[in-house]
Order: sequence, then structure tokens, then C-alpha cells
Amino acid sequence: MLPSALDAMAEQMALTGNPSSLHTAGRAARRVVEESRERLARAVGARPSEVVFTSGGTEADNLAVKGAFAARREQHPARHRLVVSAIEHHAVLDCVDHLVAHEGAKVTWVEPDAEGLVTPAAVRAAIEEDPEAVALVSVMWANNEVGAVQPVGEIARVAHEYGIPVHSDAVQALAHVPVDFAGSDVDLMTITAHKVGGPHGVGALVVKRNMQVAPQSHGGGQERQIRSGTLDAPAIRGFATAVEEAIGRQAEESARVMALRDRLITSALALDYGITVTGFWEAGDGIRRLPGNAHLLVPGCEGDSLLYLLDAAGVECSTGSACQAGVPQPSHVLLAMGIAEQDARGALRLTLGHTSTDADVDACLTALPAAVDRARLASGVAG
Amino acid sequence: MRVVAAMSGGVDSAVAAARMLDAGHEVVGVHLALSQSAATLRESARGCCTIEDAGDARRVADMLGIPFYVWDMAARFKRDVMEDFVAEYAAGRTPNPCLRCNEKIKFAALLDKAVALGFDAVATGHYAQIVERTGGARELHRAVDQAKDQSYVLGVLTADQLARSFFPLGDTTKPEIRSEARDRGFYVASKPDSHDICFIADGDTRGWLSRRLGEQPGDIVDAESGEVVGAHAGAYGYTVGQRRGLGLPRHTQDGQPRYVVNVDAQSNTVVVGTADLLGVNAITGDHARWCGPAPEGVIAVGAQVRAHGEEIPATAWADCTEVQVRLSERVRGVAPGQSVVLYDGTRVVGSATISSAALER
Repeated sequence: MLPSALDAMAEQMALTGNPSSLHTAGRAARRVVEESRERLARAVGARPSEVVFTSGGTEADNLAVKGAFAARREQHPARHRLVVSAIEHHAVLDCVDHLVAHEGAKVTWVEPDAEGLVTPAAVRAAIEEDPEAVALVSVMWANNEVGAVQPVGEIARVAHEYGIPVHSDAVQALAHVPVDFAGSDVDLMTITAHKVGGPHGVGALVVKRNMQVAPQSHGGGQERQIRSGTLDAPAIRGFATAVEEAIGRQAEESARVMALRDRLITSALALDYGITVTGFWEAGDGIRRLPGNAHLLVPGCEGDSLLYLLDAAGVECSTGSACQAGVPQPSHVLLAMGIAEQDARGALRLTLGHTSTDADVDACLTALPAAVDRARLASGVAG
Repeated sequence: MRVVAAMSGGVDSAVAAARMLDAGHEVVGVHLALSQSAATLRESARGCCTIEDAGDARRVADMLGIPFYVWDMAARFKRDVMEDFVAEYAAGRTPNPCLRCNEKIKFAALLDKAVALGFDAVATGHYAQIVERTGGARELHRAVDQAKDQSYVLGVLTADQLARSFFPLGDTTKPEIRSEARDRGFYVASKPDSHDICFIADGDTRGWLSRRLGEQPGDIVDAESGEVVGAHAGAYGYTVGQRRGLGLPRHTQDGQPRYVVNVDAQSNTVVVGTADLLGVNAITGDHARWCGPAPEGVIAVGAQVRAHGEEIPATAWADCTEVQVRLSERVRGVAPGQSVVLYDGTRVVGSATISSAALER
């Protein structure tokens, strides 16, 4: 956590007071929540009344997809289709699967191109299959695995031509690339605190004022009747503090992290191992690819062997996604990008952030060749 | 040494990992995902490789402060253990999948991958002992706890495999291991022992086989008269020595119960007879595996023909991969497909898969 966010949160935790209560302590807590809401809204280009606090990104995605689908269907019973990119986080994918299985929804998955980009043309083609039946379009702001930043503004323009609202999960994008809710014109946007140096367990769904969302949890009617539950004032204050600080130094920090990323990718590609970079990448570009994302495919390796060997060498990285039991699965994002299953198993996701240094990149590049050699050996015997 | 501790999520492998760490080794926990559908919760002592087991293993690794990984070997397990299991039953034999898993998965696929990744050895929670002789030769011996001894299912390990294996529990009894697990604060200390075949969660082997092999109706024939005395839905569902589940009249003419004395897969016939037809004293085995140098000439051994079975004094001689065993007394219910494991005192000499058994006078 950012020290400023930790301090703000710790100070607030020492104070009692339910923001929904009318007594003095309650009013003080309420003031903290509302000030935080204003700071957060200002930082992401939204109005304070558009910010609905949640327990994190997953809840916000659930609220957006299920809540908007339910509200839209109530108004227009024929609107039962969802147009969703195939590279979404499971918090969106699994909501869609749920609606298909239990609520009579139909889905058109929009495949990305080979660079991981969901094009406005592809979204238009998916809508055109039956525009009158579409309830919602959902395309993430930036992909968490390969770092591809999506043209959400253009996608919103296309969807709005048909009168269809757009949700965007901006969890990975916030404070890494410029995120402007009003400027993008999306109708629903998911953000979360822990990805920007705030606490775990708090996030928000930013909801345009004219956008209807059916509540997914019922109770005291907090947060515009959309999301009931006592507000966590300390977490919300920590969230706002972290977002403000991270966005305040985003331009400078992105440039620094991007330089590390570019050196890491350039050097990895220069090794004689046939390593390729996944998705769009251009040295010096921090707009179309997340500045801190280096996603590599290492031929002839199992990602989990690489992960172990690099971890043992002090380099923490990840592969793709794992199922509940922890079995590594080829990533749905890579498969959707047209990468063969065998190649997808050699995925290595290296993420650089505000604590990363030149020395970290050096350590990774030093450890990589021996790790690849060994991982290839292991892949040979365990086939 | 750098050691992979194979962690099933049970109490034994948890204590084994802890003991390796105590002994000063660099330990990494690995849980093998062997099930085709891991997304189930275990309800009883049966089954394994569920989310819960992986979670239990991870919890212990976290308490020990060691790295923990899940290695997916489901495809290998299906091919080398489950499909072999079905094929063996289809051929009229009674396989032991735990032996096959040790031979092909735990001390082959897992060990090979570990060695390739730079590890020196694999440690498991099996109850058996390794005794290191001067000169470095490693011998496999029975565990101190006679009731839990698992040297039988490890009888397929070769000297090379033993050289890279640790069984840290062999010198301790099971109750002591449970108590040690409690002292170490392991939540799994009271987890039930696993029983039966891990991939047949409900314990109904015949039902599991019939879903894969289909119904194959055939005759049950009396060994002496040659008469058809009953019908079955698939000879693969029967094992030599079996008495229950034959569907024969409780009282036979001679008043003696009938047992399966032979399963003939080719003619899909189950042959039944009286108990005295079950006694054999000469066993032929193939697929011999030696836990050290192959013996030369005729050797005096103790022979064990099933897991947790009695050890019978015998003589044995080997010819390439075939082994002849002459037992000093008759034994009932020796089923082809099971293994005969040969002991010299507490030391495991080797093993072979039983191909036939007969009574020689």
C-alpha cells in the first residue's frame, strides 16, 4: 500500500461512526465518505453521484453486468443479448455465463485480433447480428494478461449509435494509462483500490446518472439504492487517497516503468531462445500497451516450471490463470488471440510496478537463460 | 539436498515434508493433480486430488513456509494408471493401481521432472524405510509399523529410483505420526486415512468398470463338472478368490461354498470351484523389477502376494524379466495381475506381476 493511503486508513480506523447514522460520529464518517467520493470522482473524470462503492472489482463487475442486464430487460424484454469481449476477466466472463445459464441471456463473444485488440469494427459486427436485442456491451479498458489497452471510447461511440450502454472493467488501466470516465463516454466503469496502492476489499462501480442498474444485494439502500451495506469509511478514505496519489504521478511513473519494460522485452527478445512478445508492443508506447506489462511466450517450456525456477532465483512472476485447485490452464486470453494451446503453455507474465527498479530487470534477465534451459529439460521428460 | 515433497493433502505426506525440512533439506511442496475433474469436494475416506486436498496441502506448505506448486499429471495418470487398470481387468487380471502409480507417476514422471528442474530427490509419506549401506547402496525395507507397511506397493522401484527417494515416516507408527501432526499444529492431523482406489470415488469398482467396458453377459461354469451354474454381466468384474457377488445359490449340493478359481477373458467365462481348488504354491511372474542388483540362482525369500497379505517362505529364481516362485505352503486366491513382492528379512528384493499360479506336488 502507498504510505499515504495506509496512514489515512489507519487514522480513520481509530474513529467510530457509521456513515449512515445521524449522530455526530456518524456525520463525521459520512463527511469522510463524501469527501472521498468527490476526490475519487475528480480523479477519474466522473461526478461524485456516479460513484457507487463496492467491496472490490469483482462485485462491481457483477453489479454492472447482472444489474444492467436485469434493468435493461425489465424496460425492454426483447433485449436479452450481451456483446462481450472474449478476453475479459473471469469476474465478467462468469457473470455472463451465469446469465446465459439461468436468465435466458444470449452472448456474442467478440474475439480480439492477433495483437489482443478488440476493434470497434468487430463490436459493430457483433451488434449488427441483432441490434434490437442487445442489452449491454462489455469491453475491458486494458487486458490484465497481455496489457492491450482497448479503444473503449470508440467502442462506446459505436454502441451508442444503436442506443446500447457500455460497461468497461478499468481495474488494470486505472493509474497506469489515462482513464477519463466522462471523456470515454462509457456508461459503467469498474475500478478497485488494491491495484493502485490502496487497501484490498474496496472498489467502485462508476455509473452514469441516467443508467439503470438493478441492485444485486438488498438491504439498507445505501449507494443510490444500488448497493446496500454499511460503508467502510476507512477503506474508502484509503482508496481515494491512493487513487489521487497514483493518478497524480501517473505520467511520470508510466514513463519510468515503460523504460524498464522496454529494456526487459528488448533484452529477452535478443536472447537466442526464440522468445516472442505477446500482443502489440512498440518501444516508447505506453498508451496502447500498459507501461508495466511484459508478456512473453517462451517456446518449449511449461509456464509453471519457469515460474518455479524464476521464483527460486528471486524473480516473482506469473503464467496465466489457474483453476481453483491450482492447476495451470492455458489462458483464455491467449487462446482467443489465436495462439496455439501448446505455445500458450509457455506464457510468462512479468509485471513492473512502482517498486520495480533497474536492478530488478537485471536480475530477471540474468536468471532467465538458465531458467529456460532447465524448464525445457523438464518439459522434455514430463511430456 | 533440494527435495520435492509430494503432498497429497493428507497427514502422512504433511509430516514427511516437515521432517525433511527439519533434517535441513531445501524443500518444495508439490501436489499432483491426477483427477480428470478436480472440482469436487471429498466426502469420505475415498477419492483424492480434490480442491480440498490441494487446499489442505497448500495450507501445510504455508505453515512450513515452503514454496508450493500443483503439477498437472492428470493426462499421464489417465494413460499409465487408469487405462492400464481397465485393460488389465478386461484381460481377466486384477491390477494394483497404487503400484503402477508409484512405478509410472510418483517415482517416474514426478521424479524425472523434479530432477530436470534441479532437485536431488523426492520425499513421500509412504510407510517404508530406506537403509543406506556403506558404499552408498540404498535398500528398501519394511516400515516399523507392520500394520501400515507400504513396502509392497513400492516393490516396483529400481535402485536408480531408490537413490533419489526419501520415506521419512518408515521408522514411526501411524498413531505417532498423527500425534506429531497435532503437535505441529497441522489441521489435517485427524483427516481420515485414504482407502481403496483413489479414482473410484464411490468404491464400486465393478460399476466403474462396467461404465467403461459395457455389459458382456457370459456364463459362470463349475470347474469340476463343466456345467453352467450361473450367469454374469462381464467376466472383468471378477477376481480369483472372490466368493461374494456370484449370484449362485447359497447352498450347493455338496454344501461347500464356491469361489472364483479362474477368469477366462477370452471366452468371457468365470470358473468357480470349492476352496481346495484355490490353493496354489507355484507362481510365475513377469515384468520383474529389482530394488537392487538382480538375484542370481535360486534364492530363499519371503513372498507376499497381495497388499497387507501374509509373507510366505519361498524359493525364487529369475530369468530375465520372468520370475518363478515356489511357496513353502499353499496360498488361496492368488490373482493374476497382482504383484508378488519378494523379501529377504525386512529387505525388499524385488517384485513381479503374477501371470499364472498353479498347484505343483
